[in-house]
Amino acid sequence: MSEESKIRVLIAKPGLDGHDRGAKIIVLGLRDAGMETIYTGLRQTPEKIAQVAIQEDVDVIGLSCLSGAHKYLFPKVVELLKAKGKEDAMVIAGGIIPQNDISFLQEQGISRVFGPGTSIKEIADYIKQHIKKK
Amino acid sequence: MHEMSSSTVTRLISEMLEGNILSLARLVTLIESEDEATPRIMKSINEHIGKAYRIGITGPAGAGKSTLIERLTILLREQEKTVGIICVDPTSPFTGGAVLGDRIRMQQHDLDDGVYIRSMATRGSLGGLPKTIRAVIKLLDAFGKEMVLVETIGVGQTEVDILQSADLVIVVLVPEAGDSIQAMKAGLMEIGDIFVVNKADRPGAEDTLNNIKAILKLDAERRNYDIPVIATEAVYNRGIKELYGQIDIKRQLLINNGQFAERRRKQRQSEFIETVINRITSDVINRLNTDAILSRYKEDVENGKMDPFTAANEVYRSIDLYGKS
Repeated sequence: MSEESKIRVLIAKPGLDGHDRGAKIIVLGLRDAGMETIYTGLRQTPEKIAQVAIQEDVDVIGLSCLSGAHKYLFPKVVELLKAKGKEDAMVIAGGIIPQNDISFLQEQGISRVFGPGTSIKEIADYIKQHIKKK
Repeated sequence: MHEMSSSTVTRLISEMLEGNILSLARLVTLIESEDEATPRIMKSINEHIGKAYRIGITGPAGAGKSTLIERLTILLREQEKTVGIICVDPTSPFTGGAVLGDRIRMQQHDLDDGVYIRSMATRGSLGGLPKTIRAVIKLLDAFGKEMVLVETIGVGQTEVDILQSADLVIVVLVPEAGDSIQAMKAGLMEIGDIFVVNKADRPGAEDTLNNIKAILKLDAERRNYDIPVIATEAVYNRGIKELYGQIDIKRQLLINNGQFAERRRKQRQSEFIETVINRITSDVINRLNTDAILSRYKEDVENGKMDPFTAANEVYRSIDLYGKS
């Protein structure tokens, strides 16, 4: 009788990065993969992202940043989520992120970083395989 | 499928009632997924509901409903009212996915603990609202939200659901609606308690306002009360205070003339019947799919060997609704 579980994803752009075409492509792509995607627009603060993730009870948070501020912003989001007690969501990232920064980000709680050119299918499959069962 | 222990559900409910947002959000998800804990959750919160005033805001896409809701919420918060907002967007019938993008226009309230915003997809429901919306509204009610605003797209007659879930309905249109309002006689024009022409700085606003008033006059006798038509420019914050004032007036009027109580009575009745129907339907469909004999009827109809009416009759006769067969 239970409705099949839908995967809820928040795609968020922390910081002052002003380009969101990539993020929007992900939003539409994940919808086409059967997920419910919430997009909150440009110039989000880590505080807002965490709050939205909590209210919407998302399974996945996808952080996108093209301005280079990811080493500060992404861990900040993870930290805030933890502080507020939301630890059941997977955090993934995309945008312009140098190869060298990836292991740092993973240490900070980002499950996976998807660079430019990653296929939607790869992201969708990763999500389906790795989200935490609640 | 959420395999959740009974004690976890108990904990979530009591935490939610104490004001825990994480637990509220979790419970909304459970209800949305039609988790088997739903009847238990609904029973537990039943004594805590009834205080929230529920407003449905409907109208075509692009009318500015989300912005309007953001502005109204500012005023509500100035009056120190706590607000729950549910934004509804359509689920793709092909992929089952959805883009939930309404809250992008309500960002002013993201960090206000007095406002809880939740995005919901219709998940296959045809009436414009997800079928779990009533239960989710009740959760926000039990949580303590004094006002619950529900935003949904409505264009023709697909918005009837909102009548089942609101104490007051606001229909938002744009100036371009113009002459096509003449054609919108059934449905949208019948359900609004208040009409708003948003983006009223655009050409055609005056005509649209007059068209709406003319149509509503035709319906005035049936409705038995005055239906305000207001011009707003939500983005520029114009007309919002007037709208807020009209909501207050209409709210009081509906209470005074007994409609408020009557609507709620009817809503409770239809919710009961709908819930019963959903249970029976789920059960029968499940059996049609799993029972060897019953699924043969399904096959015969699909292959054209039997007409659906005869097959349905046979199924109805062989199924024991109250027993185990």
